[in-house]
Amino acid sequence: MTQLASADKKKRATKAKPAAMKSLEVEGHEPTVGKVFTENPKMTMRNVNVYYDDKQAIHDVSIDIAKNEVIAMIGPSGCGKSTFLRSLNRMNDTVDICRVEGEICMDGENLYAPKLDVVELRARVGMVFQKPNPFPKSIYENVAYGPKIHGLADTRVDLDEIVENSLRKASLWEEVKERLHQAGTGLSGGQQQRLCIARAIAVSPEVILMDEPCSALDPIATAKIEELIEELSENFTIAIVTHSMQQAARVSHRTAYFHLGRLIEVNPTEQVFTMPQHQLTEAYITGRFG
Amino acid sequence: MTESANHLEKIKKSLSRRNRAEKRFRWYGRTAILIGLAAVLILFTDIVSKGHGAFRIAYIELEVTYDQDRIGVDNLTDPEELTRGNWEALSKTAMRTEFPEVSGRSDKRRLYGLISSGAGFDLKDRLLENPLLLGETERVWILADDDIDTYYKSWLDGEPYAARMSAKQLEWIDELHQQGKIRLQFNSNLFTRGDSREPEQAGIRGAVMGSLFTLILTLVLSFPIGVSAAIYLEEFAPRNRWTDFIEVNINNLAAVPSIIFGLLGLAIFINFFHVPRSVPIVGGLVLTLMTLPTIIITSRAAIKSVPPSIREAALGMGASKYQTVLHHVLPLSLPGMLTGAIIGMAQALGESAPLLMIGMVAFIVDIPGGFSDPATVLPVQIFLWADSPERAFIEKTSAAIMILLSFLIVMNTVAVWLRKRLERRW
Amino acid sequence: MQATNILILILGLGVLAFFLGRGRSLALAKPLGGIRKLHSLPSYYGMHVALWCALPSLFLLCMWMLFDDPLINRLVLDSVAAEIAPKDTASYNLLINKISNLADGILPRKGESAALIAAADHLVSLRVISRWSLTALLLTLSSLGLLWGWSRISASFRARPVVEKVMQNILLGCACLAIFTTLGIVLSVLFESIQFFRSVPIFDFVFGLEWSPQTAIREDQVGSSGSFGAVPLFVGTLLVSAVAMVVAVPVGLMSAIYLAEYASRSVRTYAKPALEILAGIPTVVYGFFAALTVAPFLRDLGASFGLSVSSESALAAGGVMGVMIIPFISSLADDVITAVPQSMRDGSLAMGATKSETVRRVIIPAALPGIVGGVMLAISRAIGETMIVVMAAGMAAKLTANPLESVTTVTVQIVTLLTGDQEFDSPKTLAAFALGLMLFTVTLLLNIFALHIVKKYREQYD
Repeated sequence: MTQLASADKKKRATKAKPAAMKSLEVEGHEPTVGKVFTENPKMTMRNVNVYYDDKQAIHDVSIDIAKNEVIAMIGPSGCGKSTFLRSLNRMNDTVDICRVEGEICMDGENLYAPKLDVVELRARVGMVFQKPNPFPKSIYENVAYGPKIHGLADTRVDLDEIVENSLRKASLWEEVKERLHQAGTGLSGGQQQRLCIARAIAVSPEVILMDEPCSALDPIATAKIEELIEELSENFTIAIVTHSMQQAARVSHRTAYFHLGRLIEVNPTEQVFTMPQHQLTEAYITGRFG
Repeated sequence: MTESANHLEKIKKSLSRRNRAEKRFRWYGRTAILIGLAAVLILFTDIVSKGHGAFRIAYIELEVTYDQDRIGVDNLTDPEELTRGNWEALSKTAMRTEFPEVSGRSDKRRLYGLISSGAGFDLKDRLLENPLLLGETERVWILADDDIDTYYKSWLDGEPYAARMSAKQLEWIDELHQQGKIRLQFNSNLFTRGDSREPEQAGIRGAVMGSLFTLILTLVLSFPIGVSAAIYLEEFAPRNRWTDFIEVNINNLAAVPSIIFGLLGLAIFINFFHVPRSVPIVGGLVLTLMTLPTIIITSRAAIKSVPPSIREAALGMGASKYQTVLHHVLPLSLPGMLTGAIIGMAQALGESAPLLMIGMVAFIVDIPGGFSDPATVLPVQIFLWADSPERAFIEKTSAAIMILLSFLIVMNTVAVWLRKRLERRW
Repeated sequence: MQATNILILILGLGVLAFFLGRGRSLALAKPLGGIRKLHSLPSYYGMHVALWCALPSLFLLCMWMLFDDPLINRLVLDSVAAEIAPKDTASYNLLINKISNLADGILPRKGESAALIAAADHLVSLRVISRWSLTALLLTLSSLGLLWGWSRISASFRARPVVEKVMQNILLGCACLAIFTTLGIVLSVLFESIQFFRSVPIFDFVFGLEWSPQTAIREDQVGSSGSFGAVPLFVGTLLVSAVAMVVAVPVGLMSAIYLAEYASRSVRTYAKPALEILAGIPTVVYGFFAALTVAPFLRDLGASFGLSVSSESALAAGGVMGVMIIPFISSLADDVITAVPQSMRDGSLAMGATKSETVRRVIIPAALPGIVGGVMLAISRAIGETMIVVMAAGMAAKLTANPLESVTTVTVQIVTLLTGDQEFDSPKTLAAFALGLMLFTVTLLLNIFALHIVKKYREQYD
């Protein structure tokens, strides 16, 4: 299981040196620039390191996520933003060789504390994946899955209500209400992804993690999801990893830029895209590499 | 927000129940694995504990006089005279010399029952090997009867099994034991002789040779045919209904009960083509048909694992399809095919049901010397011995199983080794 | 064996032909300016000649082997004296055997009638003639083929396409052997079964409640009084298979789930092959284990609870058969479970489902078609399993659903009916083929259906 030991942290940290273009190399432990900390944090991450066996994927990342904000994580491929996202609800536990060090807290509670139940955690921190992954069941069963396993509905009526509400919140209700008992896999890609969002919000999580939720979708479906994210941000805290800078610009309040496993800059979105503080961020958003 | 808090409350309440269910489920899984492993362990321990005794067998030391008059043979080179000779007299006289006090017909019969009924012929072989012994006297270790063997072993183990022994015989054994004239020796008969009705004389040589001939034929037929079929299906076959039909057939044949192949062999090979019964030829033919699907399926998988880029490279050089296959695909997929062939052969070696149908269950004493000699195979020999009422055959059967299993273990280890050693990762 | 010698001779000629053909093409190429002036490589010309030399002869040899025995037998019987001439097929076969045994010297000639001896001598002389004419014919054919192939070689002769076409057809022939095998199975069981159903109505066979084939061997009662009602056999087979499934399905499935979802890599690397050992043990070993260890154990165990357990109980045979099938189910289930995409697991775990909830509610339902297919294949295996039941189940056909009693199965009866010494055409032996037909049909349907399900399942996630 993932351990929080920091005993051999120093040793590991010195091992993997990023090998990038000389001019853009990250020097040593240069601190993250920008507004890393917020006043009313929902989640706080401090000095987070993630390893796959001996390979370090995340270097010493500290950041806050505020309540009801949408924070976007951008960066070139392989920069570790998905790995970081997956450590927020301990989905990395499913990878045997993955190890997380540092402190990740939600409402002041350490997520990696031994006594914490990962089941409860994941009910509070939902996740939507890159590729829509509806279960091979009916639309209804897909949304009802979470409430059923967590025992949230006492009666059939309650369950129906939860399913309907979730589908409404995911703006899918009107499209599927006539065929709730048909297979979820029969929907279009964009509908499937909204189904997955509905499935995630059916257990009323506090935070929703989205791992490139639109990368497998066409522009129209993407627009719908982006609209949905904006609506959802009224009730949920959302962390979204995205490849598309435009998307980050459109949906997020704050943007975090990752580079080779390090968090380079965190700032309000407009600022990141108009006047980035760090040269690496600037290089990325102006398209000099990516 | 309140909805969320409400939900959290419910989730927290369900946690302990769900975690218990999780633990239970994990235990079901562990138990299942343990049941499987325990079955392996029990099976092997049971066989070994039953069979290890068969590798040693009781011999009794007697003073034998090769008395020309008693045997009734003057010329040891005349085969006709040899067959007429009264060889049993040798062993019987030796027994009477050992126990001169025994008299009365039934007592004498019990006394002669101590040694194997074939003991006289063993002495004959000994004499023929060394003709100078004629007329001489020597001390010889003679094979004991199976009941004596069983009793003596169980007695040594501290749990005497004397159900088939008379009180007198027990006394005699005790006497022999005190004098050190009965002992356990390595049971070479087990490896050098054919089948016999007498457990102490029965060996697996005949069955092993039968298995060998049968398997050689199976390999010689099924490997080339199987590989050819696989090459055709993977490299040349057009995607049409006929090919699909061939595929369906192959997959089905792999799952058809083996006994059906026995019926096929009986009806087609024996009754229609008049191949003689009980011979390795017909056994090999039946097993060929049975193992072909396995070999075809594994060979196809091996061919499939060769990346298309290699074929394209060869075709791009102007090689014909046939040259591409012969020069590139076949050598690269050969390790996989060999592995498949060994696994197929291991299957064929352990197979017995179809061979029962084509007469390979006959009681055959002679060790087969070729493909057209009546023979049986190792698993069928096991079946025959397991069916025999004599207690001593239990031990023999288990020993034969141990030998069969060790052949199989060797074959499978070679297959695994071959796969590890020669298989390429692309 | 003379046939092997002839075979070796033909193959030797083929090799000779290869080198002759290759040599000629090389000789042709030299004055033209090297082998690049030839249409094909020299070895193709060699192959071309070798094929012409060996293939027709091999074909002739096969045909000859198939037909010379029946033909010679016919000739011998046509010429035998009237007093020993056979009246029906059974005595025809007997007579043929006797004459051929006399000819081979297996039976002593002393005391046999002069007519028989004459027939045997006739047989011997016919066989000699057949052998020599075959050898002469084959040699002529091979030489002609060699000459023909050799004479066709020229620089512009397109040897490669011809050789490759022939090769491809040989490969196709090998692939079609699977079809011929199936056809052979169908024909052999069907043909004998039809003969059987002539004497025993098919309705009585399929729905009859009493099975006692023993009475039918008496000449005067053939077909009339032996009862061939197969229902007790079907019930017995199903009972044993059901016991086997009760053992194999939960254990196999749970171990597959544990190995695929829970076990660490090291446990997997050791436990999986250890379980596979069970699949490699010959069935005769299981039979021995069931009959000599498990059955007595169950009988004694039952006795200690005051239950009477037969020493050939369906429970012992079925239980051991179940153990044998465990690895079969677990490896099939493992395949389908690992084929379920990781995104399904992630989706469920990210909702806060526990692992077992994920397995039970997402993975098993998703893998269900594959698992069902696997279980059906396992059932087909249990139904067709022979050695375990032959050794550990009983012979008496009892109509019962109690696993503690002794039952008999279809396969046991096939073996018992066919391993005796009776004449081949008696209803008793024919009944075995009728049972074989049943067995083949049922397993074939199960297999086709199951393989179809599994294939569709695989395609779904590919």
